[in-house]
Amino acid sequence: MTDLTTLGIAAIRDGVRDGQFKAREVAEAFNAKVAGADALNAFLVKTPEHALAAADAADAARAAGETLKPLAGVPIGMKDLFATNGVATTAASKILEGFVPPYESTVSQNLWNAGAGMLGKLNLDQFAMGSSNETSAFGNVISPWRRPNDTAPLAPGGSSGGSSTAVAAGLAPGATGTDTGGSIRQPAAFTGISGIKPTYGRCSRWGTIAFASSLDQAGPMARDVRDCAIMLEAMAGFDVKDATSLKLDVPNWEAALSADLKGKKVGVPKEYRVDGMPAEIEALWQQGIDWLRDAGAEIVEVSLPHTKYALPAYYIIAPAEASSNLARYDGVRYGLRDLPEGAGLQDMYAATRAAGFGDEVKRRILIGTYVLSAGFYDAYYTQAQKVRTLIARDFERAFESCDVLLTPTAPSAAFALGEKQADPLAMYLNDVFTVPASLAGLPAMSVPGGLDKDGLPLGLQIIGKALDEQGVLNAGLALEQRAGFTARPQAWW
Amino acid sequence: MSEYRIQGATGEWEVVIGLEVHAQVTSNAKLFSGAATAFGAEPNTQVSLVDAAMPGMLPVPNMECIRQAVRTGMAIDAQINKWSRFDRKNYFYADLPQGYQISQLYHPLVGEGAIEISLDEKNPDGPTKSIGVERIHVEQDAGKLMHDQHPTRSYVDLNRSGVALMEIVSRPDMRSPAEAGAYLRKLRAILRYVGSCDGNMEEGSMRADVNVSVRKVGDEFGTRTETKNVNSVRFVMAAIEYEAKRQVAVLEDGGKIVQETRLFNVESGTTRSMRSKEDAHDYRYFPDPDLLPLELTDAFLDECRASLPELPDAKRRRYEALGLTAYNAGVLTAEVDTARWFDGLLDALEGSQAKPAQAANWVAAELFGALNRLGKDITESPVSPTQAAELLALVADGTLSGSLSKQVFEIMLETGDGPSKIVEERGLKQTSDTGAIEAVIAEVLEKNPNQLGQYRAGKEALFGFFVGQTMKAMGGKANPAVVNDLLKKALAG
Repeated sequence: MTDLTTLGIAAIRDGVRDGQFKAREVAEAFNAKVAGADALNAFLVKTPEHALAAADAADAARAAGETLKPLAGVPIGMKDLFATNGVATTAASKILEGFVPPYESTVSQNLWNAGAGMLGKLNLDQFAMGSSNETSAFGNVISPWRRPNDTAPLAPGGSSGGSSTAVAAGLAPGATGTDTGGSIRQPAAFTGISGIKPTYGRCSRWGTIAFASSLDQAGPMARDVRDCAIMLEAMAGFDVKDATSLKLDVPNWEAALSADLKGKKVGVPKEYRVDGMPAEIEALWQQGIDWLRDAGAEIVEVSLPHTKYALPAYYIIAPAEASSNLARYDGVRYGLRDLPEGAGLQDMYAATRAAGFGDEVKRRILIGTYVLSAGFYDAYYTQAQKVRTLIARDFERAFESCDVLLTPTAPSAAFALGEKQADPLAMYLNDVFTVPASLAGLPAMSVPGGLDKDGLPLGLQIIGKALDEQGVLNAGLALEQRAGFTARPQAWW
Repeated sequence: MSEYRIQGATGEWEVVIGLEVHAQVTSNAKLFSGAATAFGAEPNTQVSLVDAAMPGMLPVPNMECIRQAVRTGMAIDAQINKWSRFDRKNYFYADLPQGYQISQLYHPLVGEGAIEISLDEKNPDGPTKSIGVERIHVEQDAGKLMHDQHPTRSYVDLNRSGVALMEIVSRPDMRSPAEAGAYLRKLRAILRYVGSCDGNMEEGSMRADVNVSVRKVGDEFGTRTETKNVNSVRFVMAAIEYEAKRQVAVLEDGGKIVQETRLFNVESGTTRSMRSKEDAHDYRYFPDPDLLPLELTDAFLDECRASLPELPDAKRRRYEALGLTAYNAGVLTAEVDTARWFDGLLDALEGSQAKPAQAANWVAAELFGALNRLGKDITESPVSPTQAAELLALVADGTLSGSLSKQVFEIMLETGDGPSKIVEERGLKQTSDTGAIEAVIAEVLEKNPNQLGQYRAGKEALFGFFVGQTMKAMGGKANPAVVNDLLKKALAG
């Protein structure tokens, strides 16, 4: 009998529907995988009973001859940034340790409504701030990938590092991620899986712990493009509880998947050829161009002249919003409270926040507070917003001459844990290719393109026009079919 | 209102006043959550997840609150901004769960408008002054700290957290406590007419931050202080008076006024420093990324305009055109409840012989007197406008004399019965039946031969005696004019 944990979302869905196996068998198999993978530290909370209950519901529905829900029998991992009713939700921060929400995020509720079950809550960079999953208060997530003959633990990417690891290691067929400046795409690239950040507003932010509200978007991370399409259909949708949610129907992305790019134009932005880009990345990019041309697309060079300002603008806007969004963690109503003997209110704030937030979170709160303060606001925040407008305009102009853009996802393959921790700027540079699409609110996805000289995965990024997830998925599918990426990490854990 | 001047040792000083009025928007739900807003509910019973700033919660604008603020703006002929935006005002306090207040700093909903005040409130047709309103914006209220529940701890009640407020900011156009009082009363009247705020200062639905500075007449504006959260018209006037005198004393002593926030002490009628500008928070205002800019459609604005009632000044002019004295018109329009009652009376008088001016006199003298005696306000009047109209009609058509109508009114107040019923049941109807009156007169003359002799001998002052005797014998129900006529004839012999 096949190992059910080698199956992706579509295969599980179809297998359960067709009676090849029971949903319960699938849930049990993944639960067992999760239970045996503690060394990866991908899960903060395991919820095997949740996955089993959803599986049993799917099996019962099938037995009763009902039409199965779109994700019936599919167990998934849930990034611990989504509030889950009755299940601890911490954003990987001490300040929320032990917090159990009495409510369910819209995205997770949508998934349960579609029949999915939850294997557990996935580790992440604290409050989704990080590119290596090293800022979690509950330990690093270890990538399932290793360099040959080297046991040095590698970064799974961040902030959705628990999600990328769970999918890459076969602990879950799919997982939710959130992407503020690349937190779905970069970890997907680092671990050889696919992930898509939809257009800002496609997925409700209600019940998702906020990092930077104007940038945060949920999206799926899965083994291939089709699985991403299936999962995104379930996650997306208008939500009256989120004022920035888009009042649009969710397209049937899976049904319209097509790797035929005839008549499509793929733009290659020249500004993404940054100084010091490794030759391997350069070569993969060229390979990607050739693959898309092979799929029928016409390749055009485009210019996004303000690209170099994107990263600095992002590291002003995102911390500014974060500094305000995280003010609610004050020890008054929930989560950690540190009340030193004889302390007053201000002392309690200081003690609670000093003890509860990690260094990277504090760093960003400080940056954000600084750029919003009197006398600096115009020089930083206002200026960054202007840059953001220019970046969005760059994309609009580029899309006058093409349908999607092709770029590398990250400037390197996965690095070793600890390698960049001492240098925040080097760490921030990881987001250089992913941040512009975030600032413009555009859909963007990473698909695996190949391996580097150390046998580590490298990703290619597709950026699409606003609301054109279909174009992004189709180009991703064309790449996927030609890349034939089948590499999987060897289980060492 | 003569010019208000403070006599200092160095000459006359002028006081300059601006008011920031916080008015709670009348609405069943809070500004950004569905929680209820009733006053006096048990602590923390009107709190949603959004109001408590639980992780991942998002604000969604309540358009009824926006509508009320727009209508208020229209009522003061202000510019309505079709495009406005919400900003976050960041600071930490235990009654502020989000760690920021959602307000509107940069792009308020309502721009420049004006409120006209009477400089002599006894004579509304006398001189007036236009007080500029700089802006009206909407914002969230904070919760409330309770320090009396526990010996060492403070408790927080979040019922008010998130309740919608309008902040109505005047220009520094007022020059005396009386002008400030007139402005506040007029503003409160307008809010109550519009129905956007109940104007109840005791319950905190309306409170004012009082900006005061002094200068020698003709000089530039002096440095101002801001006295926070003053919650009655009387206290606002007292705070201005105290603060102006204090500032004059400081300046004449060679001191300087410090720009600071002050608190008003109700018991002592004084103000004291709360915090100086140096200690002022840096609020780090920035656009709330959880909310899109507010864009109002023409249809929305048209509905707001169409739903506006007749406002105090227009109503007063209409009453004057109906023949009311300026004073009565002013009194009857000062409070919306009075005006509504009087409008009801005017409607009910349609087709009757009673004139609006008589009705106004009756309301001002009889009804107000009775309500005052009973300690009721007009909404609790035991006599309805329809009943009052009936009473006035009975007087106008001669059924009731003035004194009978007073009797009937007293019975109406006691029983709640209509005047016709009372007149009918108690036989209080005035009679003009000449036969009946002649018979009584004959009897009176017969019983008083001495007086009759004296009268006929030329002592005409005794006429009143015969009127009194006749009326007494008629139980007060005889038409006095008819009695006069018939008596004259009978006495003439």
